[in-house]
Amino acid sequence: MKITKETVRDKQGYRLHILPTTKYKTVSIVAKFKAPLKREGITERALLPHVLHKATNNHPNVRLLQSALEDLYGTGFSSDGSKKGENHVLSFRMEVVNESYLNESEPILEKALNIFHDVLFNPKVVDNGFDEAIVKREKQTLEQKITSIKDDKMSYANLRLIDNMCEEEPYSLHVHGYLEDLKKITAKSLYEHYLGMIENDVLDVYVIGGVDEAGIEALSDQTFTRVNSDNQGEHLESEPFHPTESKEIVEREEVNQGKLHIGYRTHIKFGDDDYYALQIFNGLFGGFPSSKLFMNVREKHSLAYYAASRFESHKGLLLVFSGVDPKDYNQAKSIILDQMEAMKQGDFSDEQVTDAKEQVVNQLQETMDNANGLIEVLYHQMLSGSTIQSEELMENIRNVTKEDVVKVAEKIELDTIYFLTSQEGGDE
Amino acid sequence: MEALTYKQLNETVYSETMENGLQVFLLAKPEMAKTFGIFTTNYGSIDQTFTPIGKEEQVTVPEGIAHFLEHKLFEKEDRDVFQDFTKQGASANAFTSFTKTAYLFSATSQIEKNVETLLDFVQDPYFSKESVEKEKGIIGQEIRMYDDQPDWRSFFGTIQSLYHKHPVRVDIAGTVDSIEDITKDDLYTCYETFYHPSNMVLFVAGNIEPEKMMEQIRSNQNRKEFKGIPKIERFYPEEPAEVAKSEASITMPVTTAKAMIGVKEDVSALDGAELVRAELLSGMILDYYFSKSGEFYEQLYKEDLIDSSFQYETELDRQFGFTILGGDSRKPDELAARVKEMLHQLKDNHISEEDFKRMKRKKIGQFMRALNSMEFIANQFTHYHMLGVDLFDVLPTIESLTTSDADQYVENWIKEDSISVFQVNPQTNA
Repeated sequence: MKITKETVRDKQGYRLHILPTTKYKTVSIVAKFKAPLKREGITERALLPHVLHKATNNHPNVRLLQSALEDLYGTGFSSDGSKKGENHVLSFRMEVVNESYLNESEPILEKALNIFHDVLFNPKVVDNGFDEAIVKREKQTLEQKITSIKDDKMSYANLRLIDNMCEEEPYSLHVHGYLEDLKKITAKSLYEHYLGMIENDVLDVYVIGGVDEAGIEALSDQTFTRVNSDNQGEHLESEPFHPTESKEIVEREEVNQGKLHIGYRTHIKFGDDDYYALQIFNGLFGGFPSSKLFMNVREKHSLAYYAASRFESHKGLLLVFSGVDPKDYNQAKSIILDQMEAMKQGDFSDEQVTDAKEQVVNQLQETMDNANGLIEVLYHQMLSGSTIQSEELMENIRNVTKEDVVKVAEKIELDTIYFLTSQEGGDE
Repeated sequence: MEALTYKQLNETVYSETMENGLQVFLLAKPEMAKTFGIFTTNYGSIDQTFTPIGKEEQVTVPEGIAHFLEHKLFEKEDRDVFQDFTKQGASANAFTSFTKTAYLFSATSQIEKNVETLLDFVQDPYFSKESVEKEKGIIGQEIRMYDDQPDWRSFFGTIQSLYHKHPVRVDIAGTVDSIEDITKDDLYTCYETFYHPSNMVLFVAGNIEPEKMMEQIRSNQNRKEFKGIPKIERFYPEEPAEVAKSEASITMPVTTAKAMIGVKEDVSALDGAELVRAELLSGMILDYYFSKSGEFYEQLYKEDLIDSSFQYETELDRQFGFTILGGDSRKPDELAARVKEMLHQLKDNHISEEDFKRMKRKKIGQFMRALNSMEFIANQFTHYHMLGVDLFDVLPTIESLTTSDADQYVENWIKEDSISVFQVNPQTNA
């Protein structure tokens, strides 16, 4: 197996990460803007990518902008905002067909990067503000998105768990923003916010695919160079938080299935020594179909179709989620809590630890086969300031012992149990 | 073993038909860490009425049985096959669609063992009364989960409006009631009829040596006994050309209403290549008008009739076909009326050469992007193969399409009685 290695170069106003590989028929370019996660400005940051996507000075409306991308063999362009611990990251992703697979000799990549540049640095501006009509319409769309989070019960339950669990911490901020703030945003105020982001955010650019390093470096400089910014910026680390006692919250909606979500504090983050053991812990506890949650909640008691766990790498949280009948709340809850107890007691075999390690390594290698997956792994590493080679990463996972996993389990604290259930209840 | 090389794409697919009829395809991707294997039977939720192997009389089995069978194949007398894959560092999964049931794994080590496990577990059923009963609780929760998802409800609601009797209108997992009737004997009946190797395709893509892997699969299959190569008889009800209902709606606890516009497609006269061609044309025409660069999209978006949730798709398969457009809307009645009007207008419009060229380039690019995914290649190759089409021929097919093909397509596409509107409306409680 070949592992793709990145080269990182500090450039004017951005850091360039190049990963040449022949794995793909396309070239992926991802630009990541990072700023501290704050209530102030979060709604603007949620709105910005949508407005930027609609028009540039060279493509003054959405049809012209989209047609230009379509003409470049349907170049894909998307953006999103996400939380990485106490930081907020806006990602802009472009995927361009590798010219060598096409019959034509057109500089597709160069043309696509010109559009990328325009979207980020040359948006449509009228009188020191964005286009009023575009901003107005995108505010409506975002409003709808904020309101309809409730319609996807799994995401909604997750949101409510974090609301309750991290009440006092920036991490509880909603990535889509807030309705009351949205109302106040104008075409001018958003543009000012945009200028601040372009000047102050830390920008990392990843290029992955069959590219020539020197050629792509020159193209990137044309596209991403910024005048003022340094490449350091402010980076916020989560403060440790120890719950004094756990909370239990039951909310009611018109649902057929109850959503039982449980939040734990692991106090372990990406880059920590015991992060590898946490990955194995999660594999044994709820990460795979062989895990305790799947085997007990689903296979043994037939209470759920899914019962699983995942961890938030930069925030030190472990989240359990499962969908159960409202009447089975107490039974499902106590089975889940028992599984955590069993983990703390070391109630699993060395053989299971070995299996989990193979699973985690397998998953990691698969993630790195995928362009966006690989970029996420590398970006996580960079944020945590602990860049290590993939071989070492896997070696560290393989070195985890049963004792390491038990030590991790002992650190984990129950914080919040959240249950979204039907109006009729049945939680007793 | 045969080798087919697609020069432009720089891919080679190796294939062989085993003595028992199983078709095997291998794609070597040595630069990948991962290997993906998928074992598919040409049997899905629409295959409810058939003549069981070795019998004379046709039977109709309970709704949701193909999906139930998919769940149960993982369980053996002494163990759960998920655990076997786990021990071999692999992750396994399965899915059931209208026309197919597929079992899959992905792994970065112990590939030979994992391929062996995949073949063996699917070809060695074990169903007991107790384990069938136990599964009803799990699948019951799976169905409940979908009951709470407005997108799933609107998708099936639309199909149910389009079809009178055809089993495509039945939810793939069945209902909480219909799965109650499933017995272990039913599962064996379906298994024995539809899981004969001659009705199945194995596709392995990734970090493999084709010669060696083909030999391994050959010897695995030669170790097992299968009776002849039976002909499967499936029956479907007579389905009228027109839609079952031109309008329908449900009420759900959603914050925003949804409007979906369904078009019932007539696929009865189309062979596989024609289905694929029709699907491509439909996609390009819908892209032209309803993607973010489209003039209809622009009108709908400006008037606040749609938001970013607006989507469209055309699915054509053996026995059925539909196109569905729609999404969240604050004014679902108006959206439905406008989209219907736009669909009827299609035949009066004409896509220019230049615009059509752009749509072709877009389709080609989408296809190339999809080829980055071994899962896409394996799934879609299998799907097309079962329709008698080669996945990699899609590229020249796109190249060959012309504006007059598009004009001809829209000419016969939309008819008043082939359209149906389905809405999901919020509950208006105080």
